[in-house]
Amino acid sequence: MIVLALVAILFFGGAIAWASEALDARMPRAVALLSLLASAAVLLIFCFSSSPGVMLAGGQWWVLESWAWIPRFGISLLVGVDGLSLLLLLLTLFLGLIALGAAWNEIQERVGFFYFNLLWTIAGVVGVFTALDLFLFFFFWEVMLIPMYLIIAIWGHENRAYAAMKFFLYTQVSGLLLLLAILTMSYLHFVQFSRFSFDYFDLQNVVIPGALQTWIMLGFFVGFATKLPIFGLHSWLPDAHSQAPTAGSVLLAGVLLKTGAYGLIRFTLPLFPEASADFSSIAMTIAAIGILYCAKVAFAQQDIKRLIAYTSVSHMGFVLLGIYAWNLYGLQGAVMTMLAHGLSSAALFMLAGGLQARFHTRDMELLNGLWVKLPMLSAMALFFTVAAVGMPGLGNFIGEFLSLLGAFQSNRVATIFAALGLVLAAVYSLWVIQKMFHGQLRVPSQYASAGDLTLIELLCYALMAAGLVWMGMYPQSFLDVSEVSLLYLQSLGGGGE
Amino acid sequence: MDFIPYEHGLILAAILFVCGLVGVLTRRNIVFVLMSLEIMLNACGLAFVVASSRWQHAEGQVMFLMILTLAAAEVAVGLGLIIQMYRRFHTVDISVLNEMKG
Amino acid sequence: MQNWIGLLPAFPLAGFVLLVLSRGRMSKTAASFIGAGSVGLAFVLAVLISIEFLNSGAQSFSKTLWVWMQVGELDTGFSFYLDGLTLVMILIISGVGFLIHLYSTGFMADDPDFARFFSYMNLFVASMLVLVLADNLILLYLGWEGVGLCSYLLIGFWYQNPANGYAARKAFVVTRVGDTSMAIGLFLLFSQLGSLNIQEILVLAPSQWSTGSGMAVAASALLLGGAVGKSAQLPLQTWLPDAMAGPTPISALIHAATMVTAGVYLIARTHVLFELAPSVQLLVAFVGLATLLMAGFTAMMQRDIKRILAYSTISQIGYMFLALGVGAWSAAVFHLMTHAFFKALLFLAAGTVILSLHHEHDIFKMGAMRRRLPVSFWCFIVGSAALTALPFTSGFYSKDAILLAALAHPTYGMLLWVGGVLGAFMTALYSFRLVFVVFFGSSHYAAHEAAPHDDHAAVVENTSPAMFFPLLILAGLSLFGGLISVPVDAVFAQSGVHEEAHVSQFLHTLMILIPILGVMISWLLYGSVPYEKAGAHLRQRLVQSPLGGWLNRFWFSGWGMDKLYQTLLVQAFLMLAHINRKDVIDIAFNGTAFVARFANSALVLTQTGNMRWYAISLVAGLVIVIGLGVFR
Repeated sequence: MIVLALVAILFFGGAIAWASEALDARMPRAVALLSLLASAAVLLIFCFSSSPGVMLAGGQWWVLESWAWIPRFGISLLVGVDGLSLLLLLLTLFLGLIALGAAWNEIQERVGFFYFNLLWTIAGVVGVFTALDLFLFFFFWEVMLIPMYLIIAIWGHENRAYAAMKFFLYTQVSGLLLLLAILTMSYLHFVQFSRFSFDYFDLQNVVIPGALQTWIMLGFFVGFATKLPIFGLHSWLPDAHSQAPTAGSVLLAGVLLKTGAYGLIRFTLPLFPEASADFSSIAMTIAAIGILYCAKVAFAQQDIKRLIAYTSVSHMGFVLLGIYAWNLYGLQGAVMTMLAHGLSSAALFMLAGGLQARFHTRDMELLNGLWVKLPMLSAMALFFTVAAVGMPGLGNFIGEFLSLLGAFQSNRVATIFAALGLVLAAVYSLWVIQKMFHGQLRVPSQYASAGDLTLIELLCYALMAAGLVWMGMYPQSFLDVSEVSLLYLQSLGGGGE
Repeated sequence: MDFIPYEHGLILAAILFVCGLVGVLTRRNIVFVLMSLEIMLNACGLAFVVASSRWQHAEGQVMFLMILTLAAAEVAVGLGLIIQMYRRFHTVDISVLNEMKG
Repeated sequence: MQNWIGLLPAFPLAGFVLLVLSRGRMSKTAASFIGAGSVGLAFVLAVLISIEFLNSGAQSFSKTLWVWMQVGELDTGFSFYLDGLTLVMILIISGVGFLIHLYSTGFMADDPDFARFFSYMNLFVASMLVLVLADNLILLYLGWEGVGLCSYLLIGFWYQNPANGYAARKAFVVTRVGDTSMAIGLFLLFSQLGSLNIQEILVLAPSQWSTGSGMAVAASALLLGGAVGKSAQLPLQTWLPDAMAGPTPISALIHAATMVTAGVYLIARTHVLFELAPSVQLLVAFVGLATLLMAGFTAMMQRDIKRILAYSTISQIGYMFLALGVGAWSAAVFHLMTHAFFKALLFLAAGTVILSLHHEHDIFKMGAMRRRLPVSFWCFIVGSAALTALPFTSGFYSKDAILLAALAHPTYGMLLWVGGVLGAFMTALYSFRLVFVVFFGSSHYAAHEAAPHDDHAAVVENTSPAMFFPLLILAGLSLFGGLISVPVDAVFAQSGVHEEAHVSQFLHTLMILIPILGVMISWLLYGSVPYEKAGAHLRQRLVQSPLGGWLNRFWFSGWGMDKLYQTLLVQAFLMLAHINRKDVIDIAFNGTAFVARFANSALVLTQTGNMRWYAISLVAGLVIVIGLGVFR
């Protein structure tokens, strides 16, 4: 019921938010806040009150529920929450609140529809993180995309139409591959067990002959990897991020990218262990190339949001590396990187959005030496940049360190190259700090009166900073939650010689 | 019952069809194009009739009846359109009426 | 007391948090109290812990504060490990650190960002303490990166000047290269030994690896990479001279006394690994030798008072590496300690000079400051004497131990010894060149040039108690610090004890006399008034000769390594980044869109709107299809 409640609160909250605009322009955000708080409360109560119940393939499930939907094709409303899902759900709702904080004053037109889209995106993500029926999963996968497309297309910046279309095309095409792969899986289940099924646990029993397994695995892989994104499929991301409104960027970077990684961990590896094991060296190579390449491209950007977007791709390389290292260290590292990067990149995008709101530009050439003028904002920027560089004691370090530690055991060459990314990360991060916050003050003169952080902003940053410090100093509270699921995954074999 | 060899009928139909086709392709006056189309339709009808008498099947004749009604409908609609067209553009020259280009 | 070891870094950390939360609104007095006081408390605690530890007679003490990461076989905690080596380090860090904090309250008194300065300083001390206290390599890495971050922040403390920002970034990125090497070393150690706990590694490694085995070589070489970066040794030394852009107390604390010696600490800490890889250990010795000579020659040519001291630091750490390389672990740690005393003294004294002369750095624009800046003068005399290892100063004992140990090296003993003695000679030359040029001769100081907008640009030495007291203590330690014995014998007990070489009396005397000779030559060239002109003339001649001129430029530029890296790495990266600003991958995907658009515009041409064209294409298509069907 918990999952149903979460999704329902968000769906209905979104609808009410839209309708409530008729009463007052400030109503939608209040409704959105209430429904997010309500769902967060539901999740937290659930977190503290229950313990893992069902033990089933894939680990310990806190929740595993199923209702019939379209029995003829073996489609059911099968949802489950295990440690991995739980962590990502917490991240999603937390960043949902942060995104709300980012949008609070920024969104001034078509307010109701904005919060409708915001809540529906979050609802879609919640669905993605819980659905265990692949048909249902795909349904939520699409639910999450379309509102996000609208957020970029309606409330985005100067080049929004292009960016929104690019985002949509990339995700739709890769989604189509995913759908084809899912349908093939179901058909194979029909051939072998003479009934259709989209059930995650059923599909794990399907025996797929060699070459076909590779093809279906690739379908899943491309579907998720576009979302992650990996090197080569990443070029939608800089446009989408730089054009999206702040709340959109926060959700995109913080949560939507993680659905790709989640898909890889939840579906691609367990459903196709052999094919994935064969593929792992290629995936790790792609990851290493992506880390270095995108770090280099990031360095050359002038648009601060584009720069952060490229660094996101670079950091997602560590996630990919950790996942395909396929041992407990790598997987834990990937999960920790997902959580920590969710916070740090969301904060950086919010900072960039805050700067754009103040100075109406994202061009680093036009904004210099802000420390004199905006000390608090600059200090926050320094903190989150340092976190993104992978400073020990903050969450990102734990993730990247464990990813690399795990990856080293299965692919040394790729790991060594990926580790060089740590140097490049320092290069571009410090460049940003130097360019925008240090040096002589220079801002567009007509906006020179811009003020420092508002209370809402300060609250958001403080929460995210506290989260990162927690992850960095006592990551055990997160590692414990996801451990069982990942141990199961490790037991499926594959990498980790 | 061999009165006329069916080859002759088919050749006549083909000649009629090509006449119509040449008309469609060469005439600029849309009224003549419509008439040429009628000729082509009738050529097809003739071919059906010949074939049905050759194989002693009634379906070909049924098809001809279908084509007759089709042709009548086509003429009715086509002429109506032509009149509208003439009212609007004051011409029936189809090489002038090429506004639907990409 | 020992159970409160966790408080050691917690005090300065708390200071950092308080100062950050004050957001610069705290009064300077309060900020001084928090900033210096927190480190002072840490020092008191460190002393208490030391007394208890030494009295207990235990070899080591460890305490886990909390579990940090527990994944599979990896089990690391926030655990601290205390033994003789750590003890020396925490006393240096908190003691010298406290003195420098105290000095800074005077030095930075006029700075608007007073609280920010102390917050970074406190964070630095906390990280450095974690670094030396860590019982596992990941926690050590935390401190390692933390001090790097603070170093970055403090070098670029006066952030409005882009040059400072450049120096700060350079320091961070260059050391990060070393750090990455060290991180890979950590991965290797873990994948081979299944543990990152230092003491476990020191036990496991000899049992799993034979001496000289590939893994041992690789692991120790990777760790050496980290040490070389942090300690500014060849080939990653280029960042340290530029790091002098920071406020002078920073140079004293971070870039002389503590952080740059972290590499020495790391190697000493993991000395068992290096003993398993004799080739790498020899490499350590030669890296040290090459660095100490390179830096010695370069220091000779510098004009900036702080750059001279920076190169001197590089050179002295070279001595420590030399000691590590020949297995004289305790001599290295001993030199680390004495160096912390006298180099901190020199930097703080230099800070006083710079402050008194309104931020003038060029020594040739000073001169004859002996009477105007008496305190700095005497501090410089003491510090330089110790640096030069004149007899009975602290540096004498430590350098003596190192050179003797080098001589005892079985194969390369003589080579290492001659190099070391040559380095000692150079040390004498450049350090007393500094003293003579600044404090003797005639004055070249032009107040209006250094501070054109300051009407009261008189040369007044700032001898407030906050600045005077630390100088006094450090001067005392520089003179008599050699009498302290470092309690590290137990730490290095299991390693092969090197027999004290049986040195001939002649060599020993030579070793003592050569620095004195260096001082005298320096006096002839730069100091004595009758010879000042002759010295200048001789220098002129040297610089103008082709070889002399080339050597001058070559040495002045730090052997051209900056330029090499600039062209080879920085320019190449910038060019690569620049040509691919638009991301070629994006071009590939936009290419798809372009093809679609091109195809569209081509196909649009077929839509002429001419009905007969459509009819013809219809017929043509029909003919083709029928033709295909018939003549297939």
